[in-house]
Amino acid sequence: MTQLVPLLIAVLGGFVLIAAYFSPYTQSWGEKAAIWFDILASIAFVLGGANLLKVHLKNVSDRARGWGYSLIVLVSFLVTLMVGLGKVGVQPSPQFPDSPWSGTYRETGGAFWFFYEYAFKPLTATVFALLAFYVASAAFRAFRAKNTEAVLLLGTAFIILLGRTFAGVLLTSWIDPAVWSGFEHFTGLRIENLTVYIMSVFNTAGNRAIMIGIALGIVATSLRVLLGLDRSYLGRD
Amino acid sequence: MSRPNAVAALCGIGLMAATAAWAQQPRPPGDLHAADHPWDNGTRIDLTWSPSPDDGGLLGYVVRRKPAASGDFSRVDMAPPGTRTFTVGGLQPGISYLFTVTAVGRDNAESAAAATTEPAAPTMEWFDGTRLWFLVTVVLFCGSVVAFIALARRGMVFKVRRIAGLDMVDEAVGRATEMGRPCLFVPGINDMNEIQTIAGLNVLGRVARTAAEYDADVSVPTSKALVMTAARETMQAAFLAAGRPDAYNPDAVYYVTDEQFGYVAHLQGMMIRDKPAACFYMGSFFAESLILAETGNSVGAIQIAGTAQPAQLPFFVAACDYTLIGEEFLAASAYLSGEPDQLGSIKGQDVGKLIVAAGIIVGVVGATIAALTGSPVVKSLVDFFTETMLT
Repeated sequence: MTQLVPLLIAVLGGFVLIAAYFSPYTQSWGEKAAIWFDILASIAFVLGGANLLKVHLKNVSDRARGWGYSLIVLVSFLVTLMVGLGKVGVQPSPQFPDSPWSGTYRETGGAFWFFYEYAFKPLTATVFALLAFYVASAAFRAFRAKNTEAVLLLGTAFIILLGRTFAGVLLTSWIDPAVWSGFEHFTGLRIENLTVYIMSVFNTAGNRAIMIGIALGIVATSLRVLLGLDRSYLGRD
Repeated sequence: MSRPNAVAALCGIGLMAATAAWAQQPRPPGDLHAADHPWDNGTRIDLTWSPSPDDGGLLGYVVRRKPAASGDFSRVDMAPPGTRTFTVGGLQPGISYLFTVTAVGRDNAESAAAATTEPAAPTMEWFDGTRLWFLVTVVLFCGSVVAFIALARRGMVFKVRRIAGLDMVDEAVGRATEMGRPCLFVPGINDMNEIQTIAGLNVLGRVARTAAEYDADVSVPTSKALVMTAARETMQAAFLAAGRPDAYNPDAVYYVTDEQFGYVAHLQGMMIRDKPAACFYMGSFFAESLILAETGNSVGAIQIAGTAQPAQLPFFVAACDYTLIGEEFLAASAYLSGEPDQLGSIKGQDVGKLIVAAGIIVGVVGATIAALTGSPVVKSLVDFFTETMLT
């Protein structure tokens, strides 16, 4: 029973969405199913918030390793929640000047906006910026010429990287029909043209092969879920 | 200039302008008819007209529409010269509309308008005809998967090639157990409405079962509360199946944040503090893929990743020990289950691949023949294939 009801909901939702794609009469059913999901996800936010409090309160209470970070999470969460719900620093809406809470919580100049602009955004940008260093370290490992395939990968990566820089373009700028008429048939060897060729032929072909495999995999996985063959995501029976 | 001369000059200029305008205004199209577009979602009307006698010298035909009940005509589009039919889209089902078509000369002079005499209303049909070929493709692919599942149930045995990454799942958990360090399972950053998240949770079932058997710890931080709930159910079922329901710890699956980089920051900190011996990244990933995989690499964890995001695959390949590429990841659950009917569904995918390969060969050969011979028949077949069947 614990599996049957969720399975029926999954099957019903799946077939409604399929029907909605092909039959205009059922299009609104599909939209409704998407709204149901949004309602569920909104309720789950409360569940997520409660779980966040529980996990980090336990960490602080147990003095678990890294409990100081948990304390920061708890303080940040509660302060953000309070300034957001309380609309701290938000001016009343011009339409309802007598109602102090009529402005939007994200209004410029408000406390929530301040935290978002001057704490949240710089922190997320910092984590994202780390990616540049990780790309360099991963490339260093991936491009070591250990065997024939690795050499091919290294050569291709070298051309692509060079082709996207001014120096790379300058390097083969001498292959110019305007300088020597014999170069008309060799402009494809200019590094920027080689880059475009590799990206639009080899890379696109490989990418499409993967995409086709993924599309067929999604069909098979969806069928397994809709037919109830694969129930491992539903938990215990 | 005297006053009579000036008046005469002005009259002359006016007469010339009027004559020029009369000479350049094209003759209008005729017999404008509007009819509901068949097999659509009730938003289109087909217009037909006979071309203007000046069709050869036109810039095109301007189509206008208005609701029959009220309003002014608004321009829809300009159709090129020689056009006799035009489909007006973006209409409201059940509302009646009136249409006009005018011929436009190369100097932008417009003819008188040909107008519909009767209002026409688009009606909604039960099937969207523009998706017919897609339906045929879906039926073909799904049919092959279902057929192979049926064959598997009748006892036919299928050979599925070994997937190294999935074979290593048990070994990775075993290594974590030996080292006395936890396993980390990351189910991606999308919600339960993403098929990759479901596929990831299916792999979690196997990881959790092995961990339960080996008595290893598994942590599952999630970025969506619904995923947390589903992952808990999956973990509990796995521990139950392993005969160790007492070892299940619901706090091992917890919610972090919906924010992408907040989630990443938590995982990085956790990896550096707890130093997991095995990291599994199974689901939908974006910019965080390389940050996670490189951090896992730096703490010496054995890493197995699986995603159907083609843009993230190179990062996982570069930084992880094993990567399940696209369809391998989606087939993981069936592969790990070893159940004949689930393996049959993987075999059904191969038929789909054969159909796609045949389509590519037919399309490439057809397009090449059309380009070399210029045959209008082959070209129209290729056009039908690319513009009707594949769109």
